Amino acid sequence: MSVLTPTSLAMALEQIEANPNALLLAGGTDVMVEINEHHRAMPIEVEQAVIALAEVPELTSWTVDLANRRLTLGAGVTWAEIERDPIRSWVPALAEAARTVGSPQIRNAGTIGGNLGTCSPAGDGLPVLAALDAVVELVSTTGRRVLPVAQFMVGVKRTALRPGEIIAAIDLPVLDGWQGYSKVGVRNAMVIATASACLAVDHPSRSIRLALGSVAPTIVRCPDAERFAIELVDWDSLSIGSADVSRFGELAAESSRPITDHRSTSEYRRHAVTVMASRLLQRAFPGS
Amino acid sequence: MHYTLHVNGADREVGDAWIGENLLYVLRERLGLLAAKGACEQGECGSCSVQVGGRLVCSCLVMAASAVGQPIVTVEGLSPDGAPTDLQQAFVDAGAVQCGFCTPGLIIAAHDLLDRNPDPTEIEIREELSGNVCRCTGYGRIIEAVQRVSIARRIDRDPS
Repeated sequence: MSVLTPTSLAMALEQIEANPNALLLAGGTDVMVEINEHHRAMPIEVEQAVIALAEVPELTSWTVDLANRRLTLGAGVTWAEIERDPIRSWVPALAEAARTVGSPQIRNAGTIGGNLGTCSPAGDGLPVLAALDAVVELVSTTGRRVLPVAQFMVGVKRTALRPGEIIAAIDLPVLDGWQGYSKVGVRNAMVIATASACLAVDHPSRSIRLALGSVAPTIVRCPDAERFAIELVDWDSLSIGSADVSRFGELAAESSRPITDHRSTSEYRRHAVTVMASRLLQRAFPGS
Repeated sequence: MHYTLHVNGADREVGDAWIGENLLYVLRERLGLLAAKGACEQGECGSCSVQVGGRLVCSCLVMAASAVGQPIVTVEGLSPDGAPTDLQQAFVDAGAVQCGFCTPGLIIAAHDLLDRNPDPTEIEIREELSGNVCRCTGYGRIIEAVQRVSIARRIDRDPS
């Protein structure tokens, strides 16, 4: 029973292999809430080691390849870093999402890899990763595999991560077009999403991507709404008719499967999706 | 388990600790540093704010044993001689303290803000302090206290 603080990815992987039931600790902003509520008290005390990942440089760093328009974020990159330049300039929607995560204190600790590892339907960064078709890089002592983020997210707080594996990095495209994030909650700061949405446009491929959070067991994309908008947008004047904007919102809501819980009702969440999707499309195509 | 934390410039031994203990608990119950307060224990109220490795965090969400080797600063460490800092005095002068429970968290968060951004706008102050909940003041006097210090330090830097 100990806290291990590996200083390289290779060391972390060896420690994970030697302690297959170890608790992986990234920023701690989800795990410590559970520990404080004693949900994990006994397993840790009896048999687990904790592997704290904050000092693994491969995880806390990022690289950008602007020739190929790819950004690779180590899983341990914090929201505080993502919300600022230069990362903000390459993935502005992810920076907007980052700015809505918890509070400055939470954003200084919480990481994008932790958001994926927790895999809450309300994870603030996850709709952006889904809209951008992010690729998750998973490594273990026996190898490396990559998964589209849509396949990584399996269910409510369930992922495709295998024993011995660690989320190493998230690979994102640097798109050429407007992108934005929208979130509804009971107040502006320090709030868990009632519903959220990310819309991203890429002009070279003429694609429009829309992903929704907190309205299904995992993040959902909206293929019908996306196809509808791609057809009807005027790509030269960057405009779209107001009736089409409304229809886009309705189609988006049809892709959602919201539940009623302590945070909201399914009806309100569906309505929020309609409004957010319409507004995001209007912002992306403001011409007239 | 036993480990050593580096708190307010000094090495502090922690003994017989449970692995999952959060830093707030260790600071208060094992090291007797009572400034950081425990309220929500889920990172929502900011009353436990401290700096770890130079970053403002909620100490209730830091596994204490994972903070070994990193400098930890609590409100007690802001003023080694016991005199109030300029910001603490401004909180008193502006009437920014009522029940006082949130004050240590706000003091360390506001020091952190002014160190990074010496001349914050009111909106920036509100956003930067949005992780610190105060149920008494309505925040107006807290923001005023931060603005007073920002102005006073600017005058100190450039008296002309």
